[in-house]
Amino acid sequence: MALVTKNLIVNNKQGLHARPAALFVQVANKFDSRITVRREEEEVNGKSIMGILMLGAEKGSEIIVEIEGDDAEAAMQELEKIILNEEY
Amino acid sequence: MLKLKGIAAASGIIIAPAYKLGKEELVVPKQSIRDDEIPLQIQVFEEALIKTRREIIELQKKIASGMAQEEAEIFDAHLLVLEDRMLIEEVISRLKKDHLNVAYIFSEVLKKYVEVFSRIEDEYLKERISDINDVGRRVLRNLLGKERKGLEELKEKVIVVAHDLSPSDTAAMYKQNVCGFVTDIGGKTSHTAIMAKSLEIPAVVGVQEATTKIVPGDLLIVDGSMGAVIVDPDEDTLRLYQEEETKLKGIAEKFLAVKDAPAVTADGKVVRISANIELPDEVTAVKLHGGQGIGLYRTEFFYMNRKDFPTEEEHYQAYKFVAEEMGGSPVIIRTIDLGGDKFLSQFEMPKEMQPFLGWRAIRFCLARPDIFKVQLRAILRAAVHGDLKLMYPMISGVEELQQANKILEEARQELSREGVNFRKDIEVGAMIEVPSAAMTADILATEAGFFSIGTNDLIQYSLAVDRTNEKVAYLYEPTHPAVLRMIRNIIDSAHAAGIWVGMCGEMAGEPSFVPILLGLGLDEFSMSPQVIPEVKYIIRSITFAQAQDIAKQVLKLSTGREVEEFSQKKLREIVG
Repeated sequence: MALVTKNLIVNNKQGLHARPAALFVQVANKFDSRITVRREEEEVNGKSIMGILMLGAEKGSEIIVEIEGDDAEAAMQELEKIILNEEY
Repeated sequence: MLKLKGIAAASGIIIAPAYKLGKEELVVPKQSIRDDEIPLQIQVFEEALIKTRREIIELQKKIASGMAQEEAEIFDAHLLVLEDRMLIEEVISRLKKDHLNVAYIFSEVLKKYVEVFSRIEDEYLKERISDINDVGRRVLRNLLGKERKGLEELKEKVIVVAHDLSPSDTAAMYKQNVCGFVTDIGGKTSHTAIMAKSLEIPAVVGVQEATTKIVPGDLLIVDGSMGAVIVDPDEDTLRLYQEEETKLKGIAEKFLAVKDAPAVTADGKVVRISANIELPDEVTAVKLHGGQGIGLYRTEFFYMNRKDFPTEEEHYQAYKFVAEEMGGSPVIIRTIDLGGDKFLSQFEMPKEMQPFLGWRAIRFCLARPDIFKVQLRAILRAAVHGDLKLMYPMISGVEELQQANKILEEARQELSREGVNFRKDIEVGAMIEVPSAAMTADILATEAGFFSIGTNDLIQYSLAVDRTNEKVAYLYEPTHPAVLRMIRNIIDSAHAAGIWVGMCGEMAGEPSFVPILLGLGLDEFSMSPQVIPEVKYIIRSITFAQAQDIAKQVLKLSTGREVEEFSQKKLREIVG
């Protein structure tokens, strides 16, 4: 079991909302690993749209993504792509 | 008689009695449960979720055809909420802890989310609250074994009046006896407005006092184009609107009746009516509206929203799909038009002072043949599956066309060497959207198989106006004599050289300009799918000789406004 943690700066034009949030959750749900996302005091399940939305992560805010499981590496790769993509 | 003003959300006129859709009151009882009842409660919850999911998918299917991405996404968001792990886990853990019935717990958890979301200052989240409420009510109804009262039982045609309508409510109106709607709140881009437009139901939203001023059964006139609602109209007003309603209905029917007919004038001149697309899936809408081809297939989306470059195979699969879907009809692929306002995310494009005059489109492709060739190879390969053509954007002089063709030739030779199957005689055209190309169309015609006029850029470059700048947007006139003369020059030069000319800018789909363009000799009109039936109707209602006469007359006028007025008048004469 791998544990991967990364601090990321949200680069999505509209923050981690709307499309990027929906996409994040859809992608997160493809993986078996447990995915946790933290911002400031808040900690939520990365596979929950409600959770991700509740983070209210604007563009430029720092979030910590923690993934634990056999497919953690692959999950991190895909999720990072979404968070760093400015076009969304 | 009472006149109410609101926001025009979906055009059309409709006259019918009012039907008030009240706020639904769902009374959720609070009951204690025993430990041994918990598994059953969880089962009830799961069944309600499954049933709701089925309902949403059903709704989505029902309204899927002809609907744009945006509307379908509303229900995708609903499904995400429905499958939300945090929500489900919280309900189940509280069920075990609190020993209360699942319907009550679910409604409490839902309330908590709504509260948290309303506290966050964010437009997008505020909108999501209505989604959460909408899905939540569905689940609750299923938990309580209740049906949404109202819409399904309508026996006669009505106009629905409500404070607000959820996407589910609006979608349920589809093909029911609902022929219009009026809401107290909402704006031009609200869910309700978007849904109304795609359901083609006249609608006025944001009529603040609608539910207080309108009584069920009141006769209403909804003018979705003007954003007006008339309650209990007097006889004169009623007659006026009845005439207008009948006329509009007749016109719409006339257009639809010819959507699959050939685009041929009364005296036998045949043109082609094609559509502009961006995503392969859009071919469905093109065929539905009677499009005879794709006049502009934009390919920039391949490069957007990603860090790496699309592979030749990705290009190939998409082009093959479109070519096959369109049968033998012509499909014109525009090679990548990046830069300007469309940036590559793959690498840093330099910031430019004037991006529209900068490193974009064919200029970028010629500088990066490695990127360009990937697309050209894919087009050549896919062209064996249908009638694919390709065109280069932003050509400003003949050297660019020659250089691009040289790279195309290299791609051909590579494929040949590799023994890969491809089409050798693909038709290659140039987009004419830069004034220098318009003025040297005769020279370009010696190197191109066809032209496609991109009016949006041609107009902005010719008139030196950025139409997104509201201070100067009034100068953006497709009817400006300079623009018309350029178009005439392009078409005449092309025909003299024996090649055909299409137009894929917005101007081609503007009804009042159709007779002028037809008269100037345009061979292909390409537009958004929805306008195809109307444009076909216009072409079939006029003779080529008439159109030539109209073109001749407008070319004598000295201002864009005169041309505009003249063409509007002529259109009314033609369409009636």
